[in-house]
Amino acid sequence: MPEVSAGALATRGLTRYFGGLAAVRDVSLECRAGEVHAVIGPNGAGKTTLINILSGDLAPSAGQVILGGRDVTGLAPHRMSKLGVGRSYQKTNVFLPFTAFENCRLAAQSRLPSSMRFFRPAVSNREVNAAAERALAAAGLEGRGPVPVAALSHGEQRQVEIAMAIATAPSVLLLDEPLAGMGAEESACIVDLVKRLAADHAILLVEHDMDAVFAVADVLTVMVNGAVLESGAPAQIRASRAVQEAYLGEFTDEGASGT
Amino acid sequence: MMRERAVLAAIVVCVVAVLAALPLFAEKFYVQLFAKIMIMAILAMSLDLLLGYTGLVSFGHAAFFGAAGYALALIAPQSGPANFWTSFPLSVAASALLALAIGFLVVRTRGVYFIMVTLAFAQMLFFLFFDTKIAGGSDGIYIDVRPSARIGGWEPFSLDNFVHVYYVALGALALVYLLLRVLLRSPFGRVLAGIRVNEHRMLSLGYPTFRYKLACFVISGAIAGIAGYLSAVQFGVVNPEMLGWQLSASVMMMVILGGMGTLIGPAIGAALWMLLELGFQSLPQAGGVELGKHWQLFMGGFIVLATLLLPNGVGGAFRRLRTPDDDA
Repeated sequence: MPEVSAGALATRGLTRYFGGLAAVRDVSLECRAGEVHAVIGPNGAGKTTLINILSGDLAPSAGQVILGGRDVTGLAPHRMSKLGVGRSYQKTNVFLPFTAFENCRLAAQSRLPSSMRFFRPAVSNREVNAAAERALAAAGLEGRGPVPVAALSHGEQRQVEIAMAIATAPSVLLLDEPLAGMGAEESACIVDLVKRLAADHAILLVEHDMDAVFAVADVLTVMVNGAVLESGAPAQIRASRAVQEAYLGEFTDEGASGT
Repeated sequence: MMRERAVLAAIVVCVVAVLAALPLFAEKFYVQLFAKIMIMAILAMSLDLLLGYTGLVSFGHAAFFGAAGYALALIAPQSGPANFWTSFPLSVAASALLALAIGFLVVRTRGVYFIMVTLAFAQMLFFLFFDTKIAGGSDGIYIDVRPSARIGGWEPFSLDNFVHVYYVALGALALVYLLLRVLLRSPFGRVLAGIRVNEHRMLSLGYPTFRYKLACFVISGAIAGIAGYLSAVQFGVVNPEMLGWQLSASVMMMVILGGMGTLIGPAIGAALWMLLELGFQSLPQAGGVELGKHWQLFMGGFIVLATLLLPNGVGGAFRRLRTPDDDA
């Protein structure tokens, strides 16, 4: 195993069974700071299960999750979040009745040492407000803060999803199909954002939009049936015979978007 | 929105003014009735914090109400008055401690199971007092001498005086209302709202939600204890009914009829509930049937009608008057 740099996320032999089915099987990968590591694969390849294990939403059946050199296997989601692992969800998982700003403000407030603060109004904390505004702007939602999320378009709700992950100031960002359901313009904005974030974050990206994946990924891992088929630089993956047969072929031949 | 808020503020000021002046013109019966209503309003608001704001459907809230009453009865000396300034905080602390113990176990559960276990714990407490000789068993126990609020030679109020009891209840109601409003705007209050809407995402944002739900349960229990203490003082007696599920259900009805998650709504719901109860109970005889004896029949009919006509409760109207930011 290579040395794991601080702030980076790595897995060793990660496995998760659902009944007799191995949704994730013996997956070892590394996600370094300053790098976008894209995980691709057909539906049912175990990509979301992998993210769920990394975020603490699911415990692995076997294997280890290592964050900055520390074994964090099986820690609860709120512990993982506090350790700097932020995530966005494939299915929009936000606070629909709240405004876009309040969604991000609540996300930013989670970085206070404790929210057991009972007397000062929550909205009077300038640092938290500023972090929420920055996250909204970064995700392309400037000026949309006062709108209840339920009243936003589907694409904008997806942007809120990502803005919330950013507002928790993570060092590792797990993005589960961030572009799913977004229009072209919104997609371009998020792709730009991912490129910018890559400078000082370790990003693990699960995405079906191959153009976007190849535009931002530094490393690609291809998963099929829960296991890693191949992992390496984009050029290497593009040239791989096995990958083409197993996965990429169906996209280039049929032109399917995969979303 | 500003104008609507001003109207709302004006209504609140008028209601408070009428309540403050009530003992000047009303008979003793009504002064005592409204003191009782205000005490129930405190209890209803404490449940609203759990039910309406955090989404925790507690069906055993009477336990914390009764616990403070029993605490006072057990603290009070055999002859002579208890000291208000020590017995009040001790009784409220007893409710808070009970809420901490019960909450530590029940807050782990969700949905229907939360309803069941809160009810189960409250019923256990009910039968602890009902089936044993502790504090008079099923008959309850009298608090012969009301607590004294004397500090040295000065007595700011006397709990033997029904008008003073009324104003203490009014003051407590106002303070609890303001405290809860401040609490709900605080970072803590926003976490509670987040838990109600989407607890899973709160966890993934890094909030240890168990801790916040438990703190909410304890605060709510302590406020229910304030109501229970005042109720024991007003009537000079505590009995197991103060802990029973019927009271828990009535308070839940007050909150739902008044409008969950509005604070003012449940307080109005408490007034509505108790006035209707009294009204239906004093119905005259008609066609050889004592209508007043069957008041629960009319109450049931009213609940059905209210649910159909006011799905968001009386306070639903108030909620619409609040700014979106308040609801955020």
